[in-house]
Amino acid sequence: MGMFEAILLTVATAATPLLIAAMGELVVERSGVLNLGVEGMMIMGAVAGFGVAQLTGSAWLGMFAAILAGAAFSLLFGFLTLTLVTNQVATGLALTLLGLGASAMIGESFVGLPGVRMQSLNIPVLTDLPVVGKFLFGQDPIFYMSILLTIGVTWFLFRTRAGLTLRAVGDNHTSAHALGVRVIRVRYLAVMFGGACAGLAGAQLSLVYVPQWVENMTSGRGWIALALVVFASWRPWRILAGAYLFGAVTIGQLHAQALGIGIPSQFMSSLPYLATIIVLVLISRNKRLTLMNTPTSLGKPFVPDR
Amino acid sequence: MTSISDENGAGHPLLEATGLTKIFGSLKACDGIDLTIGTGEIHALLGENGAGKSTLVKMLFGALQPTSGEIGWKGKAVAVANPAMARSLGIGMVFQHFSLFDALTAAENIALSLDEKTDLNTIAAKARDIGRTYGLPVDPDALVGDLSVGERQRIEIIRCLLQNPDLIILDEPTSVLTPQEADLLFVTLERLKSEGKSILYISHRLEEVRRLCDRATVLRHGKVVGQCDPRQETAGSLARMMVGSDIHVIERRPNAAPATQSALIEVNGLSQKPRGPFSVSLHDIRLAVNPGEILGIAGVAGNGQGELFEAISGEVLQERPDIVRIRGRDTGRSGISARRRLGAAFVPEERLGHGAVPNMSLTDNLLLSRYATDGKVFLGGGLLRLLQQSSLALAAKRIVAQMDVRKSAENPDASALSGGNLQKFLIGRELDRNPAVLVVNQPTWGVDAGAAAHIRQALVDLARSGSAVIVISQDLDELFEISDRIAAMVHGRLSQSVPIEAMNMERVGLMMGGADTASAHASTGAA
Amino acid sequence: MRVELVRRQQHSALFSALSPFIALFLTLIAGAILFALLGKNPVSALYSYFVEPLTEIWSWHELLVKAAPLILIAVGLSVCFLSNNWNIGAEGQLIMGGIAGSILPVVFPDFQGWYVLPMMLLLGMAGGMAYATIPAFLKVRFNTNEILTSLMLVYVAQLFLDWIVRGPWRNPQGFNFPETVQFNSSAILPEIWASSGRAHWGFVLAIVAALLVWFMLSRTLNGFEIKVLGRSARAGRFAGFSAGRLTFFAFLVSGALAGLAGIAEVSGAVGQLRTTISPGYGFTAIIVAFLGRLNPLGIVAAGLVLALSYLGGEAAQVSLGISEKSARIFQGIILFFVLASDTLIYYRIRFVTRHSDAAAKGA
Repeated sequence: MGMFEAILLTVATAATPLLIAAMGELVVERSGVLNLGVEGMMIMGAVAGFGVAQLTGSAWLGMFAAILAGAAFSLLFGFLTLTLVTNQVATGLALTLLGLGASAMIGESFVGLPGVRMQSLNIPVLTDLPVVGKFLFGQDPIFYMSILLTIGVTWFLFRTRAGLTLRAVGDNHTSAHALGVRVIRVRYLAVMFGGACAGLAGAQLSLVYVPQWVENMTSGRGWIALALVVFASWRPWRILAGAYLFGAVTIGQLHAQALGIGIPSQFMSSLPYLATIIVLVLISRNKRLTLMNTPTSLGKPFVPDR
Repeated sequence: MTSISDENGAGHPLLEATGLTKIFGSLKACDGIDLTIGTGEIHALLGENGAGKSTLVKMLFGALQPTSGEIGWKGKAVAVANPAMARSLGIGMVFQHFSLFDALTAAENIALSLDEKTDLNTIAAKARDIGRTYGLPVDPDALVGDLSVGERQRIEIIRCLLQNPDLIILDEPTSVLTPQEADLLFVTLERLKSEGKSILYISHRLEEVRRLCDRATVLRHGKVVGQCDPRQETAGSLARMMVGSDIHVIERRPNAAPATQSALIEVNGLSQKPRGPFSVSLHDIRLAVNPGEILGIAGVAGNGQGELFEAISGEVLQERPDIVRIRGRDTGRSGISARRRLGAAFVPEERLGHGAVPNMSLTDNLLLSRYATDGKVFLGGGLLRLLQQSSLALAAKRIVAQMDVRKSAENPDASALSGGNLQKFLIGRELDRNPAVLVVNQPTWGVDAGAAAHIRQALVDLARSGSAVIVISQDLDELFEISDRIAAMVHGRLSQSVPIEAMNMERVGLMMGGADTASAHASTGAA
Repeated sequence: MRVELVRRQQHSALFSALSPFIALFLTLIAGAILFALLGKNPVSALYSYFVEPLTEIWSWHELLVKAAPLILIAVGLSVCFLSNNWNIGAEGQLIMGGIAGSILPVVFPDFQGWYVLPMMLLLGMAGGMAYATIPAFLKVRFNTNEILTSLMLVYVAQLFLDWIVRGPWRNPQGFNFPETVQFNSSAILPEIWASSGRAHWGFVLAIVAALLVWFMLSRTLNGFEIKVLGRSARAGRFAGFSAGRLTFFAFLVSGALAGLAGIAEVSGAVGQLRTTISPGYGFTAIIVAFLGRLNPLGIVAAGLVLALSYLGGEAAQVSLGISEKSARIFQGIILFFVLASDTLIYYRIRFVTRHSDAAAKGA
């Protein structure tokens, strides 16, 4: 395996959790809900995935558990913000804080245990193709899911009636309600989808990326996923591009550290975070354009009159 | 399909509601309302703001559930559980505050209310078809946010017609149209009627009801107070039915101030780029108002009135200081507080969330626009700028008495007041300062007749005491009632103003439609 | 069954006062259930969590040590949150305050005297302020979301602290431990009652800060401006207030207080700079701010409650063998219940069953 191929593969592995979590959040935000709890749902997915895989020995069962855990955890957020109309920013923060705390406690006994790694695809001949073989045909199942997810979300949002309804709810919930759309139900479903995606992203971390449990192992990826949604101007394919850009930055700094180029490792490690800030500044500089792309009812409370 | 259901319903009225009641908390918005609509009739629903018209039609359309009462449709009792069900029964609705989505295209907007799945191309073709038939041209691929209010209404109507309804409910449709556009709408409605469709027409504009409608039901305080044939009534008798008493006639003394005095407020060539995604740009706006004068600015919503207000008030600054002059001083680069200190006062269109903070008390909301000008009274403690709650309470009490503000608590939140009472408070808040210049946007929007008359009289009295007043309004009757001169806004341009004596409905309509701006510009150029 | 909200005409003063207590009560119930699920006796678990730490003098001191940074930070955050500026990077501002305040004792250990400590505190505040300026500037100038930028800066600050303590500032005589030199005595924030325990003057600073900010918020035009712009930016602009200026003000105040908390923690509780100087005070303070209903006086009480949860976690680990990490679950749950209880201030809650729904329609 050549150097280029190796880097391409690791970039994909670093980009996949960001892509999945951001894609879920994109759907949530397109419905007009801002869930800042991605980090919390992701870490709950990571710990549930690791734990169930440990218990059963099956990475697949671990993955399903992670998806369920993310979706279930997001329901907590949904109940507060949608049914009780609490402040979405504060509730999202609460979800992250609770997720980080709960996962730390649940995972305490997992620390140091060897994990179960999800097996990568291996198709004779195809996987062995030069340069692209491993990338296209030799990766873990969650990588393929992330690509399918991108295609699926695009198709759903822009080609289906349900997707149109979801975008309508995000644009103007009052109008949607007047037309008879069940705004709160649509949003519950979107929030749960976002939770399921964040859970899956967490599973990728604890079953593929580093198959072990470390407290706070998401280390800000949930927040970067949130930034990616803004970066992508709420468009699915731009999330794909953004996730791979960030994957490349992450892997790039790791390689630079390994080469020992004399810059302290802490500075290199802070690059993904600094890159996030810079990208956010560049994308939000144009206020009018940002407002144009942002779903109009994003973060606004909705109480239907009956 | 229509003909079959007609046969089924033969002998019955199309819609028969009995005893419809809706209670919100402790408020009876509708109280035992009976309403009968026949096939092929245009039925007016009359009533002033807050009479319960919107609540009633929302129940008929399934957007609200009645607390009690029954709805009969073609002779059968039905429970309209949601708008989708109303549509499948054959009830369509054109909303007053449109139920459209800015970020979606016209075709997508239409698709959202069609219950069967149709692809967007078919919908676009059908929409063009219907548009041609009924004289409602639209571009199905346009983003709704980029369209004018009139175009948006067309989409609403087409969306409604595509479902082939037997009953079409229109909620205050002409409030967003120029008189000429309204005439075109009436042609469309007459045509629909001739095809056997029924129309429930909600309005508080009596002249158009008399012209268009076959029957009228009048609501007051949530109850039916009368049924009549509007063509047999006068505007005055209809108004009395709606309000329950004679309407207060505004007293207008002639302007006593000598005309030679210089203008108290001037706008000289104001141009501005759009600031938000769907906001309007302003082009070379010029106006000047003398002491004792009321300048009325007419126009259909969304033609730059809000932007003009924010530019004059100083919420948005201008490029050059001389673009806005208040009492002879250049203020184009000064903020709203500086403009207030020069004697100007402002009342924006939106009461909650612009003119007032909804969940703050009246005294807090009094301080909101007065701390800069009345710091001596309302603030103490020198640099600490401590709030003087007792002086605030005193001033609030004075305003409440002056403007006859009805409230349920000593110092309630702004959101706890009714629209009319809050508006009286917000206008009273500025009048209390005796401003030299008052700029007010939509002074009586959504306000009941009694409060509206009170507000209009207060504006006239202020002008006659020597102040300059600018009233931006969509309500032409209101402008004719109080203005000394009227100008119109269209696409971010302001026409030349015309003295009230030389003004009539047709002319103002042409100005609002942009037809008169060419001549206006020629004359500005000459001046 | 379905939950429906009915908006109150007037916000409820009763529930404004009650909601933190409702939230605490519900948290206790949730905690009891959690302990029961873990197979512990809920009553004795809650006892060792919330009562036991208060039975000894030294642990009261520990309570104040932990409450001081929480209150300081949360008081600053109340200014931010009330004005709709979502600074969630207080943890990073705390770290930068700790580092800036440590410049004197670490780099100039021979510089001694009574004036060292005040200078350290000021430097700490300046460090936190400077770091908070970044998200404020980006928000005002470039319209960049302050939630994400302030949070990203936390990770950067943590890495920077790690580097400076392991690298340039490491104690050369420290056997390679990642620590700076021990501060000399003039750089140590003294204890309040040295004879009975560790509580240092950081707590007094916290109370003073709470009183000052409370006065500003409730009595001055500045406080009025904060509340107006926080509730309606447009009405604030109409009033003539500048949202951009206030964003800077809010971030500077909260950055300064977080920085002060940082240097007070370093020079009061620890006495040297280490790679980790806070167990997440900057994040827990968010919970404190909301539990205190964004009122500085309420925040003092809430800070003590949350400080108690840290001690309770440690106590429960010792006496019951429950992980001390359970404290973080408690803290997270409190915030959820606080937010949920706040709904009662603006809404009445109605439970609609299918049965009562049908009855209403039939009537």
